[in-house]
Amino acid sequence: MIEFRNVGKFYGSFRALDDVTETIARGEVVVISGPSGSGKSTLIRTINRLEPIDSGQILLFGQDIHRPGLDVDRFRSGIGFVFQQFNLFPHLSALDNCTLAPMKVRGVSEAEARERALALLDRVGLADKARSYPAQLSGGQQQRVAIARALAMEPPLMLFDEPTSALDPEMVSEVLLVIRDLAHQGQTLVCVTHEMGFAREVADRILFMDEGKILERATPEDFFDRPQHPRTQQFLSDLRSPFARNV
Amino acid sequence: MIDLIHNYWLYFLIGQYPDGPLGGLALTLLLGVAALGLALPLGIVLGLARTSSLRALRWPVTALVYVVRGTPLLMVIFWAYFFLPAVTGHQTSQFTTMLAALVLFNGAYLAEIVRAGIQGIPRGQSECARALGLGYWQSMRAVILPQALRNMLPSLVAQFVTTLKETSLGYIIGLSEVSFIAGQINAQVITQPVQVYTILALTYFLMCFGLSRVVRVLEKRGERSVATQ
Repeated sequence: MIEFRNVGKFYGSFRALDDVTETIARGEVVVISGPSGSGKSTLIRTINRLEPIDSGQILLFGQDIHRPGLDVDRFRSGIGFVFQQFNLFPHLSALDNCTLAPMKVRGVSEAEARERALALLDRVGLADKARSYPAQLSGGQQQRVAIARALAMEPPLMLFDEPTSALDPEMVSEVLLVIRDLAHQGQTLVCVTHEMGFAREVADRILFMDEGKILERATPEDFFDRPQHPRTQQFLSDLRSPFARNV
Repeated sequence: MIDLIHNYWLYFLIGQYPDGPLGGLALTLLLGVAALGLALPLGIVLGLARTSSLRALRWPVTALVYVVRGTPLLMVIFWAYFFLPAVTGHQTSQFTTMLAALVLFNGAYLAEIVRAGIQGIPRGQSECARALGLGYWQSMRAVILPQALRNMLPSLVAQFVTTLKETSLGYIIGLSEVSFIAGQINAQVITQPVQVYTILALTYFLMCFGLSRVVRVLEKRGERSVATQ
C-alpha cells in the first residue's frame, strides 16, 4: 500500500531521512519507534506530503505521490492524520470539528455529516461531548475527537504521529484503546509511538529508526525478545532502566 | 450653549441637506462606515498577501505597507486629491477622494494587524486543516481567519476608532463633514469657540466610545456562546 523507495530528506545539512526503503501492506499495523531526532515523525509526515522529500520516491497504491497534476488536497483527504498536539479547531465544537472536512472537501450534506460524526464520536466514547468545545475537554478526550475527525473522511490509511506523547499518563490508555480497536477492525495504520506495551500488543511489525535510517524491522516478539541491531538493543535496555515507563 | 444647540443642531447633524449636499455628522458617519467597510476586506486581502509564500504577492504589499507607514495621512489625502483626477481624467468628489485615502491608508495598517493575527495562530492548525484535505482558501476561511479575527479584535477596534477620527481630516479638502461644519458654525457665531469645539469633541468621543462598547458586547457574546454550549 505504501512504498518508500530510497527516500532521502535534509534539513539544511542535517540528514533527516537516509535512503529509506520500506513497504507497508494493506491491513498492516506498523509501529515506528526510535530515539528522538531519529526521523520517525519526518517519515510519517512524508506520506501525506506534509513534509517534502529531497530524493527517492513514495508510492501509495502503486502511484507516485509526487506525480505532477496530482490534486494534493484530494490526495490528503484520503489519509487520516492524528497529531501529537491534537490540533482540534478551538472555535468549533467537537461535532463541528468532525463535520468540517466531509462537508467542505467531500461536499457531504450537513445532515449526513452530522449523523456520521455522531456515530464516530460514539465509537470513540464521546457521544455526550458532541456539543463541547475543545477547551472543555481533557487531553485524552481531545485526542479521541481528533481521531474521530480523521476517521470522518473514511480514510483507507491512518497515520498517528506520537498520539499520546502530549498526554498526562492517566489519559494514555483511553487513546491507545481507541487505536487498538481500529487496528483490530482491519484499519491500515502507521503509528509513531514510544508506548512499547501498545507496540507489543497491537503491532504486526515494528520499525526501529535512528539517524534517518530504519535499522530494524521485526515482529513484536522478535523486536523485544531478540533484537538484532546493537542500537536497538541499547534503546530497549535504556527503556528498561528503573525510571523508564511502558515496558 | 442651549441657544447654540437650538440654532444649529440640524446644520450640525446633516449640513445643508436637503438644500445642499449632505454634510455634518451624517456625512462623517457615512464616510466612517464606508471607510471601515472597504478597508477591512482590503486589509484582510493585503494581510493574506503579506503572509503569502509567493514573493510576487508579498513584496509589493510589503512595499505598500512601508510607504503608507512612513507617510502622514494628510499627505495621502492631498496626494489623492491631486492624483485621482489626473488618473481618472475627471473631477473626483471630496467624499470619494477622502474615502480612497482612508481605505488605502487603513487597509495597509489593517494588513499588519491581520498578518500578526494569522501568524499568531499555531502552525499545527493550518497543517491539520491541510492534512484533512482543505485547500488554502478553505482552511483560511473556516479555520485560521475565524480564530485570528477573534484574537485581533482589540487591535481592530483601535484601528476602527482611529479611522473614525481621521475622517475629520476631510476638513482640509473642504469636505463638509462634522468638523468642517463646526468650523462654519464657529465662524458664524464668532463668540463661542470653546462651546462649539467642546460639542464637537463630545460628538467624536461618543461615536468612538459607542463603537468600542458595541464591539465589546459582541466579543462578550461570542465568548459566552463558546463557554455555555
